[in-house]
Amino acid sequence: MTNDILLRVQGLTTRFFTDEGVSRAVEDVSLDIPRGRTAALVGESGCGKTVTALSVLRLVPDPPGRIVAGAVRMGQGDLLLLPEADMRQVRGNRISMIFQEPMTSLNPVFTVGDQIAEAVSLHKKVGRAAALRETAAMLRKVGIPDPQSRLREYPHQMSGGMRQRVMIAMSLVCGPELLIADEPTTALDVTIQAQILDLLRELQADIGMSILLITHDLGVVAEIAHHVSVMYAGRIVEEADIQELFDSPLHPYTVGLFRSRPTLERRGALAAIPGTVPSPLAIPPGCPFHPRCPLADGKRCAAERPPLEVKRPGHTAACWYADRAADMRTRGEDLYK
Amino acid sequence: MTAPDAPDSAPRAAPPPAGAPSAPAAAPPADLLLDVRDLRTHFPVRRGILGRTVGYVRAVDGISLRLRRGRTLGLVGESGCGKTTAGRTILRLIPATAGAVRFEGRDVFALPPADLRRLRRHMQIIFQDPYGSLNPRMTVGGIIGEPLKVHRLARGRDLEDRVARLLEHVGLSPAYRNRYPHEFSGGQRQRIGIARALALEPKFIVCDEPISALDVSIQAQILNLLDRLQDELGLAYLFIAHDLAVVSHISDDVAVMYLGRIVEQAPADRLYAGPLHPYTKCLMSAIPRSRPDRPRDRIVPRGEVPSALNPPPGCPFHPRCPWAFDRCPAEVPLLLPMPSASDHLVSCHLCH
Repeated sequence: MTNDILLRVQGLTTRFFTDEGVSRAVEDVSLDIPRGRTAALVGESGCGKTVTALSVLRLVPDPPGRIVAGAVRMGQGDLLLLPEADMRQVRGNRISMIFQEPMTSLNPVFTVGDQIAEAVSLHKKVGRAAALRETAAMLRKVGIPDPQSRLREYPHQMSGGMRQRVMIAMSLVCGPELLIADEPTTALDVTIQAQILDLLRELQADIGMSILLITHDLGVVAEIAHHVSVMYAGRIVEEADIQELFDSPLHPYTVGLFRSRPTLERRGALAAIPGTVPSPLAIPPGCPFHPRCPLADGKRCAAERPPLEVKRPGHTAACWYADRAADMRTRGEDLYK
Repeated sequence: MTAPDAPDSAPRAAPPPAGAPSAPAAAPPADLLLDVRDLRTHFPVRRGILGRTVGYVRAVDGISLRLRRGRTLGLVGESGCGKTTAGRTILRLIPATAGAVRFEGRDVFALPPADLRRLRRHMQIIFQDPYGSLNPRMTVGGIIGEPLKVHRLARGRDLEDRVARLLEHVGLSPAYRNRYPHEFSGGQRQRIGIARALALEPKFIVCDEPISALDVSIQAQILNLLDRLQDELGLAYLFIAHDLAVVSHISDDVAVMYLGRIVEQAPADRLYAGPLHPYTKCLMSAIPRSRPDRPRDRIVPRGEVPSALNPPPGCPFHPRCPWAFDRCPAEVPLLLPMPSASDHLVSCHLCH
């Protein structure tokens, strides 16, 4: 593993064994997270992006969930093989996570200061006074004014934006190498979202942690990601550096995601991807996107699953007709008409 | 008008002086459908065991809007700005505190119940949450057909035919009529909600964040559906949303709300090309970039939205405004047309 890769996910497969059948949430996902950079995992609800993150932290509820294959390499070892006691040291110290809804991730009956200080004293084995000092310093760092008095407040006394800042402070206080941010701004208003994205970018420049950003929003990706993987029905269907992906998306699903997004610059009819996201209990055979795809041929696409292959330098896609999608774009033709 | 909690004794945040042009002062266009004048909705805040009223949340604090037939007016703002309350007050689902709503020239707040019910045929609403807004115990056919039964417009065979046509109209198979809401995805449920709203052949629909609970690839489907239905049926929409990109995509005109008031209103193209109110500029610059190589020239408002229970004096945006000056906390700015464009209204001391 090269030195600039912090964490490498290889062939990760996570399934849920439910009464209705086997839910193939994550199938053969591989992903590199570079040091000090932001890798984004983009997809719609149910595509497996959150389960991928929970699998990295080994937080998938078991039963019904189980990681059935793969490896998560960080440094020398495979996180999936660590004893649970060692894994507990990884969570928080080396990898931490923030969630979409900060209210449900904070304990309502403890003050913000106590909650963060608890994390500090657990992981760093320091006393309460020292832990509170570090907590106040961290709150200041995430842009919370007057941290000394904020320490004594309860989560409900804070706004959504402030709570997300508290969550970020809590997740960074032990100096993790990787921050997993699962839809960190989805529940926030757009002006507050802009503040939080600016904060994450500043903290990364300052502290140098890697970020695994999980989101459905290509706009948020454009704001802070360096590298993007697009997920559909449990698999990565395309990945590239941010500029390359926005310049030349190759997978028809990615193209559709771009074209279905209203932007201020582009008016007129939107391209809608027909149909709906398949259930992980019943993923279509062949290419999982073929029932919704404008390029599907009705034969090969429905029968054979396309492998994730390099189509351009540093750019992979899982599509039998990725070249045609690229040709159409260079000719200025619209895939979704 | 019935407004049991009219805060007559409550101090008003300096209402505009009588006769102030707080709305387009031009003569009403011939195809004017909806005319909202200085609408206010204040909610009493009660404290203690006696439930004494200790103040008012000024959710909607004097807004004026006009909507022409077959057009879309976008109402955009962040959570708590009063946009949802405004939509519901216009439909008389929430009692207004003051102001007037005229629909086809008739005063909605003054109508007796029987007339109101007849009028409601023409004014419908689509809700944000396609999970909470459909009765889980009713079949899809029952949900869509209920308004027709309530208004005694169809029964028996005719009712079934109309439900089938409505389902087809919104892109669902008529075979779905015997299924229950839980069998459908979010996007399909939103289509069911739209079919229900269309059942009475309305002229006006309040669309309250109709796509924000949906997946990205489904949002475009619903926006395109609303667009097509408008063309086919001549519907007028009040499109309420927090996303300026979505609103300016679907709307002819856009009104930007902040703390219960409209701070800027203009045709969508003009607003996008040249926003004038500092809050609109902030909202627009906060939209994530559409491409990673676009410059990030962001105007971030300071702090957070103040409470509508205790709005700041003067311009409600002044504590967060990067350009605030001494006049802003002292004087409430009026929503006035720009000298250069009579259809571009701005409420800001910098502009007037």
